[in-house]
Amino acid sequence: MLQTLDLTPFILSFKLAGLTTLILFLISLPFAWYLSQSRSKTKPFMEALTALPMVLPPSVLGFYFLMIFSQIELNFTFTGLVIASCLYSFPFMVQPLQGGFESLNKNMLEASYLAGKSKFKTLLFVALPNIKPALITALIITFAHTVGEFGVILMIGGSIPNETKVASIAIYEMVEIMDYATAHIYSLIMLLISFLVLLSVYLFNHTQKRIGGFH
Amino acid sequence: MLQIDIEKILQGADGVLNLNLKCNIEKGEFVAIMGKSGSGKTTLLRILAGLEEARGNIGMNGVAWMGTKNPLAVQKRNIGFLFQDYALFENMSVEENLLFVKNDKAFAHELLAITELLTLKNQRPNRLSGGQKQRVALCRAMMNRPQLLLLDEPLSALDSVMRLKLQDEILKLHKAFGMTSIMVSHDASEIYRLASRVLVLENGQLVKDGTPKEVMMGEKIGLEGELLTLDAEDIGTLLVGEQLIEVAFSAQEAKNLKLGQKISLARHKIL
Repeated sequence: MLQTLDLTPFILSFKLAGLTTLILFLISLPFAWYLSQSRSKTKPFMEALTALPMVLPPSVLGFYFLMIFSQIELNFTFTGLVIASCLYSFPFMVQPLQGGFESLNKNMLEASYLAGKSKFKTLLFVALPNIKPALITALIITFAHTVGEFGVILMIGGSIPNETKVASIAIYEMVEIMDYATAHIYSLIMLLISFLVLLSVYLFNHTQKRIGGFH
Repeated sequence: MLQIDIEKILQGADGVLNLNLKCNIEKGEFVAIMGKSGSGKTTLLRILAGLEEARGNIGMNGVAWMGTKNPLAVQKRNIGFLFQDYALFENMSVEENLLFVKNDKAFAHELLAITELLTLKNQRPNRLSGGQKQRVALCRAMMNRPQLLLLDEPLSALDSVMRLKLQDEILKLHKAFGMTSIMVSHDASEIYRLASRVLVLENGQLVKDGTPKEVMMGEKIGLEGELLTLDAEDIGTLLVGEQLIEVAFSAQEAKNLKLGQKISLARHKIL
């Protein structure tokens, strides 16, 4: 049974999640930094827009993507999934990073400016290394959230093997054709992986707090 | 020379405060800024550093820092700034904190040697005591050989022994580098030891400007005590701070005293 188990949906899921996490990190880093430092009146609007994918039903997001992607022929492609995932998981990357940056001692950042360092250098060498727990949380939760994506993919991805048939879709299909045995195995694998991912985040943050030293 | 002519409206705890200061500070001067909390002292330092905006002009040795179309960026002012909370880079060792400012290992070691920190150079800041952290912060502030050193109550969190030691180090470095230094402080002994000039701010306005002697010697300095008892020989017991002092009064004086009355000692000169 296990030998014949098709693992490509999982590989596809992780490929999608890995790519999404990488792209989102590069986009979110400057954006979260900007939000954390900004006192602009437009900040609440940007924050609300950022949080939208958390509250919108995935079908709403999926529907809009379906409409847009049909114009540029991205429906039912892996690239389309990556783009949709980036939007869908956006708040999960931005919010922890922004929170981390906002919790930093402002004087520490100013000390870097006073030392002649640009905002970019300060972000890279002072801010980022000092928000490690938030950084790890952002990366792993984004990854996990993308692995757990279902609704959006169902609407724009379909179920093309090796292209858009990710793990969550594969399970749905197994249930539809009443192959409960495979659905069980797929589900159990997802459950275990998700738990291990979350456990690693909490373990890491726990040890970070313990070795934080005395103040 | 540092020329300051600035104005800024601040939202303080007691309402609106108009910070307004016009003065010149000569090269090599050590200026202390005194004043109640909320009188705009820290804001003044931050404006000088370029960390906050204000209206007016600031000029340093002929270079306009503020007052032109584009104020000179904080990065370009070459300022050493000592924060009250040290503000060390937590992710870097003591040595890395210094080298991040300027990659000059010999100079970093020279500063660490002066402040007796060489043995701690590989430690992270969270392993250091408050006094050690402030010494690291002082070294870090010196790394760019600043022309202006700004100190925002740098020693207020430290005990008196550490304070004296750091005061010596600050003074040593101030003289060795020929810097202009401006320090916000509440501590009269500290100001007297370090500063050559004192500015007193009250509600954002400059109300006094002079040598520490001129500014601090006055009717406000003196001991005030509360008369607790007065015995038959006209010996009174006064509560001064948390200590009791016995004072002999003349019969004439004693006649007019009432228990609980506030009595000033050393009303004029204690220096």
